[in-house]
Amino acid sequence: MLIGIPKEIYEGENRVALTPESAAKIQKLGHSLAVESGAGLAAGFSDQLYADAGVEVKDSADALWSAADVVAKVRPPQADELGRLDGSKTLISFFYPAQSEAELETARVSGARVIAMDMVPRISRAQKMDALSSMANVAGYRAVVEAGNNFGRFFTGQVTAAGKIPPAKVLVIGAGVAGLAAIGTATSLGAITYAFDVRPEVAEQIESMGAEFVFLEFDGESQDGAATGGYAAPSSPEFREKQLEKFRELAPDIDIVITTALIPGRDAPKLWLADMVAAMKPGSVVVDLAAERGGNCDLTQADQKVVSDNGVTIVGYTDFPSRMAAQSSTLYANNIFHMLSDLTPEKDGAINHNMEDDVIRGATVTFDGDITFPPPPPKIKAIAAQPVAKEPEKTPEQIRAAEMAAERRKGLTQFGLLAVGGIGLLALGSVSPPAFLQHFVVFALACFVGFQVIWNVSHALHTPLMAVTNAISGIIIIGALLQVSSDLPVVMILSAISILIATINIVGGFMVTRRMLAMFQKS
Amino acid sequence: MTMTFGLQTAAYIVAIVLFILSLGGLSGQESAKRAVWYGIVGMALAVAATVFGPDFALKPIVIGSLVVGALIGAVIAMRVEMTGMPQLVAFMHSFVGLAAVFIGINSDLTPVHHASGAETLIHEIEIFLGVFIGAVTFTGSLVAYGKLAGKVSGQALILPGRHLFNLLMLAAAIALLVLYIQGAGSWTLWVMTAIAAVIGVHLVMAIGGADMPVVVSMLNSYSGWAAAATGFLLGNDLLIVTGALVGSSGAILSYIMCKAMNRHFVSVILGGFGGTSSQAQEIEGEQVAIDIAGVAAALDEAQSIIIVPGYGMAVAQAQQSVSELTRRLRARGKNVRFGIHPVAGRLPGHMNVLLAEAKVPYDIVLEMDEINDDFPDTDVVIVVGSNDTVNPAAQEDPGSPIAGMPVLEVWKSTQVFVLKRGKGRGYSGIENPLFFKENTRMLYGDAKDSFDQLNAAIGT
Repeated sequence: MLIGIPKEIYEGENRVALTPESAAKIQKLGHSLAVESGAGLAAGFSDQLYADAGVEVKDSADALWSAADVVAKVRPPQADELGRLDGSKTLISFFYPAQSEAELETARVSGARVIAMDMVPRISRAQKMDALSSMANVAGYRAVVEAGNNFGRFFTGQVTAAGKIPPAKVLVIGAGVAGLAAIGTATSLGAITYAFDVRPEVAEQIESMGAEFVFLEFDGESQDGAATGGYAAPSSPEFREKQLEKFRELAPDIDIVITTALIPGRDAPKLWLADMVAAMKPGSVVVDLAAERGGNCDLTQADQKVVSDNGVTIVGYTDFPSRMAAQSSTLYANNIFHMLSDLTPEKDGAINHNMEDDVIRGATVTFDGDITFPPPPPKIKAIAAQPVAKEPEKTPEQIRAAEMAAERRKGLTQFGLLAVGGIGLLALGSVSPPAFLQHFVVFALACFVGFQVIWNVSHALHTPLMAVTNAISGIIIIGALLQVSSDLPVVMILSAISILIATINIVGGFMVTRRMLAMFQKS
Repeated sequence: MTMTFGLQTAAYIVAIVLFILSLGGLSGQESAKRAVWYGIVGMALAVAATVFGPDFALKPIVIGSLVVGALIGAVIAMRVEMTGMPQLVAFMHSFVGLAAVFIGINSDLTPVHHASGAETLIHEIEIFLGVFIGAVTFTGSLVAYGKLAGKVSGQALILPGRHLFNLLMLAAAIALLVLYIQGAGSWTLWVMTAIAAVIGVHLVMAIGGADMPVVVSMLNSYSGWAAAATGFLLGNDLLIVTGALVGSSGAILSYIMCKAMNRHFVSVILGGFGGTSSQAQEIEGEQVAIDIAGVAAALDEAQSIIIVPGYGMAVAQAQQSVSELTRRLRARGKNVRFGIHPVAGRLPGHMNVLLAEAKVPYDIVLEMDEINDDFPDTDVVIVVGSNDTVNPAAQEDPGSPIAGMPVLEVWKSTQVFVLKRGKGRGYSGIENPLFFKENTRMLYGDAKDSFDQLNAAIGT
């Protein structure tokens, strides 16, 4: 199949769905590739780089779209691009089908198959093609960089000869992928980072990234993210009040706020209100990653940077990933590669659009003239399994009672064994001659000595130990030596053979042990 | 020159003390080098005291056997590869078994006159027991050798009704003993020897590849008991004591191995992987592969690295390349250590010997208990040729056949790379959820090649 990558026509979009690196991987799946001239320029990939990677460079969008069987791009298709779709084509890109009914209808009528990268189900298997996460990761990182750019101070605290600098305090609201990336970036720059999320189960993730979880005292039912596929759901009015109260309390202390709160299929919730902005210190920065969906902050204006009356900068850019086009293109191109890899299970260059596959089914929004959105729930339940009910904790008394019972059982067993062994020995002693018993005493003592000595041998030396004991068990040579003087020729021959092989054992065993031990050396 | 009886006994006592010191000295790497000399001197003393002892006529055949045996032993010891140690040890055990059989038969052929009936009875039981243990050790060791050397399939051979078969053979051997005591003649001893030989073969055939450490140490133990039985037979305390030392040493090693697998000695010896209760958990997710460059980059960034070797490293003969990588990483100031599971390999302590051969310093080679708590603070773990010993199912899935077996908790580290030849399963035939974990990446291919390429990618 020919996979075509057009130049993004959306104003200001710098990303591209293919990198020379991913091209090599896609070619290994058996596909050939074509790219529109200049498609990667804004992300730092020249036509020459693509050509070097074996990608055909087409002069115009027309040439590309008419030749390609599969078109992979970043932004949702614009009207022009939708017009180029037909029944023989597959389109892979972001699509946001829930908000784009008209476009979805156009795509359906065209008969094309459309795979929406934003609809990839959130299950472990599909993580490698989860473009929302990979782009959110970039956005979270960039949000901190933008904040730093507009924040006239250090992130990290320093004590210098010229005075003491307090560390910046960063609050991240919403600990999804973008939020966690922002937390990681902010903490690594040295800021004191706080984070809030309505899903209590992410507290652990927040803390693992080095931020402090802003804990909210709330008695009502808290949200279970796993039930909604790992996304947040709208919260109750009481909860919201509690939450805003907490933010109001924090606002005067916080230097940088990064909001990332989104609820699937809805406008972004307003969480950082005008009065909170007013309470912040001049020079503080709010970066609103939800600006495209209306913003989490009252003052946010999409695609704009505004400064409030009290000198707080509010960044409402909607194109954070595009602002790091080289990085985000690399990640997105890998997501596309993984999607193609799942679509090409045989690696033979033939697309198998398998609608039985949870991931492919979930991401496909139009298929052969039908709208296949929304998908049925995935067969495999998402993300974390429900916590298993714990066994009731045992009280100390119960534990002690169990221990005592075990100890008593052990004592009884030992006593029983001793009794049986003692009676056995007595029985043996009553019938056997004294010479045998003397040997038996020696034997029993030797066994005990052996047990005591061997316990101390370190594990690393178990192989040398076996070689040594093997050599020592060659002591059986003594038995053969005692018999070799016999007058019977058979006995003599058998003894001689025994001497021979026992000697092999002794010499071989000791020598090989010495060889092994000589190799052990300290650093 | 001949010794008096008293001098000979004194020499034997010294030899016994030296043997005990020799085994005790193996507690540490440095004292072990001394310990071998104790063993050698003890053995030389014991043989000399016998050869120059009273009533001993030094015939040419004895000298010839000693010289030829010593030469063969020396050649074998110098030629053997360290990866071939398991085979060699198993093979040498068979010698002790065979010698025990011969000595028992010799005793049967040599007429003795005992004072009492009880003494005669005990003597006959001793012959029977010595030959029985010797024959089982002999054929068992040969089969173990064949399995370890790859000459016999490593798979467990499970015959239908195998327990009954073993029991029947044992019962037959006891019946023959009764006949022998009643004076039925030497033929009973021959038949019993044959039966014991079959038991030896059958026992070891039923045990699969990864249980081999237990089998080898068990045979080690048997060879000791065979020597002890011979000692009873000949009334020689030196043989009894030394045999008992070796026997108990092997028994403890077997016990340690079994504990490391959380299995009962009996169930290992009777073979097969039995007694699993419920269905093992389904694993979701997939194995994600990675290339050499990816691993090299991660190693470059990592500060703390643990390498977990298993039998696969021995098969691929990768220890030199592993050692080279270790050297290069350590030269860059990285903390590189090795985590060894007690049953890794085919012989107790097998991995330690291989790593020592490749000049990996022993103080960075740690046991499971020493290193298991350090995994959460480790950046990169490289698993090379281990499977069941790093399987999280042992802890997470009560239905797993290996549930409860102590394992190396490699998955708690930041990133795990698993070097593996293909997507196959471990010895126990169960899936390993480790390969599907999010922080695990699979590097497929021959372990030695992979390490060589890693060395090239990392540079000096």
